[in-house]
Amino acid sequence: MLNLVANNSMVPEHDAVPGRITAGPSGRKPRRKLSRRNIIVYGTLIVVALYYLLPLYVMIATSLKGMPEIRVGNIFAPPLEITFEPWVKAWAEACTGLNCDGLSRGFWNSVRITVPSVIISIAVASVNGYALANWRFKGAELFFTILVVGAFIPYQVMIYPIVIVLREMGVYGTLTGLVIVHTIFGMPILTLLFRNYFAGLPEELFKAARVDGAGFWTIYFKIMLPMSLPIFVVAMILQVTGIWNDFLFGVVFTRPEYYPMTVQLNNIVNSVQGVKEYNVNMAATILTGAVPLVVYFVSGRLFVRGIAAGAVKG
Amino acid sequence: MTALTRGSGRPNQWLRNLNAKIASIPMILTAVVIFLGGTIWTVVYSFTNSKLLPRLSFVGLDQYERLWAAPRWIISIQNLAVYGFLSLIFSLVIGFVLAALMDQKIRFENTFRTIMLYPFALSFIVTGLVWQWLLNPQFGIQSIVRSLGWTSFSFDPLYDADIVIYGILIAALWQGTGLVMCLMLAGLRGIDEDIWKAARVDGIPMWKTYVLIIIPMMRGVFITTLVIIASGIVKVYDLVVAQTSGGPGIASEVPAKYVYDYMFQAQNLGQGFAASTMMLITVAIIIVPWAYLEFGGGRKRA
Repeated sequence: MLNLVANNSMVPEHDAVPGRITAGPSGRKPRRKLSRRNIIVYGTLIVVALYYLLPLYVMIATSLKGMPEIRVGNIFAPPLEITFEPWVKAWAEACTGLNCDGLSRGFWNSVRITVPSVIISIAVASVNGYALANWRFKGAELFFTILVVGAFIPYQVMIYPIVIVLREMGVYGTLTGLVIVHTIFGMPILTLLFRNYFAGLPEELFKAARVDGAGFWTIYFKIMLPMSLPIFVVAMILQVTGIWNDFLFGVVFTRPEYYPMTVQLNNIVNSVQGVKEYNVNMAATILTGAVPLVVYFVSGRLFVRGIAAGAVKG
Repeated sequence: MTALTRGSGRPNQWLRNLNAKIASIPMILTAVVIFLGGTIWTVVYSFTNSKLLPRLSFVGLDQYERLWAAPRWIISIQNLAVYGFLSLIFSLVIGFVLAALMDQKIRFENTFRTIMLYPFALSFIVTGLVWQWLLNPQFGIQSIVRSLGWTSFSFDPLYDADIVIYGILIAALWQGTGLVMCLMLAGLRGIDEDIWKAARVDGIPMWKTYVLIIIPMMRGVFITTLVIIASGIVKVYDLVVAQTSGGPGIASEVPAKYVYDYMFQAQNLGQGFAASTMMLITVAIIIVPWAYLEFGGGRKRA
């Protein structure tokens, strides 16, 4: 029954449907280039696109200006004198509380959080999904249903019990604890993703391997894994951006010296003391957004698939 | 799917499929201990007077009475209602209109989509901080319009308690409408081209075709999108923290922030648990009817 959700959300493949183009009369269409309809459609889209791009432009422009220029000028004006000092300062000198070693600390924390979280959450969820799709046992569907329904429960409801569990395990406040939390909360969507993907693979393959005497892990590593690289990439995109952008878990489950980049960024920009250096703030903001943006621009269509599947994550 | 014949008469039932069971332990633990157990735990402890540490001394509905008497909670709920209602309406309308424009067999579709969707890749913290800067009264949009000659122009949502929630709404829409557009576009692409041809043959104007034929056909997509947006709205937290920190004063507080502040800063766990239970109820009100419609009737959606 839960196939419905996923199948539905996996649809966004925005390839133009080939049938649509080839059907009907062929050959070059006589078109008036500047029809009224085209002006409205493209005009609106261009205005909308400018609106979406504006904040990115302002961020970059502000980060390249010096403070005197910001004070007298207008935020939309391009920088007159380009300076990279705000970037250097944001990376290496900006202060949070007593530490003044810049965002670099948060960046490396985020790397140390994201890499193991992505690997472990995907490993766990793919095996779960494989067990659910191919080796169903009594009660499996029940647990899976709880898991998927759980994805809708606000995190705030489960945070404190998790704090207690992690404290009992002795990992509260550490990077290990945060990795466990990311693995837990990544599980519903990733398991769903893998379960549906594996269930869609031809069953004969699985049966043939069974007849040949292959067991659970052999089939997983020798057959399923090599056939499923695309879905692993989708899961990776989903997790890298999701975990990198996380703020709540970072604040709740780690000590200040392990704060991820997003938390540190917020502390730098929203700190009350000191003169506000808007150019440094914007440089820091771009630096924090850079990783997911690069992932987004490089991965393109796969990202769309990933978020469409992960949209349930909210 | 799997049609593994199950020898139900076998004596060692528990050992069957042992590897799959072992592999599913993380899932089972997460589902049972964290999702189910954690939720029940929080609900149970919301009836206690836990302060710094959770304690099992029950005080009935005290925490809830205190919660609904707290001005800060009332403001949080009002903000959530205004923000939630408006962001639902706007993101559905804007998302659909953009998707309809994108569906006109336009050129550069990929470019437009890339531009509209990139904010979604960003963290709410980044979005909040950018819009904090754009809405800065001294340097941002307000000062630009004033410098163009309209000196009495006032658009200062982040420092005006009455309209601060709209400042947050603008940022949220900037980040989220791209996703709605993508979901809607997928829905539009799923509609049979023949419907359009038939409508054209009958001479029905395009907007009418959308309103009377296409939108009713996309009911499922709309409902799924609605649920996705709504469950995201209830969780809104990072954006507010980054953009306004709940200010000015307590004008832009939201329930998720109330929970965090009471649990981890005010050391009043009971209040935090009660508030998070209210969040849970809110989500249940959204999800349960949807789940019932979607899966309960035993009817498969087209």
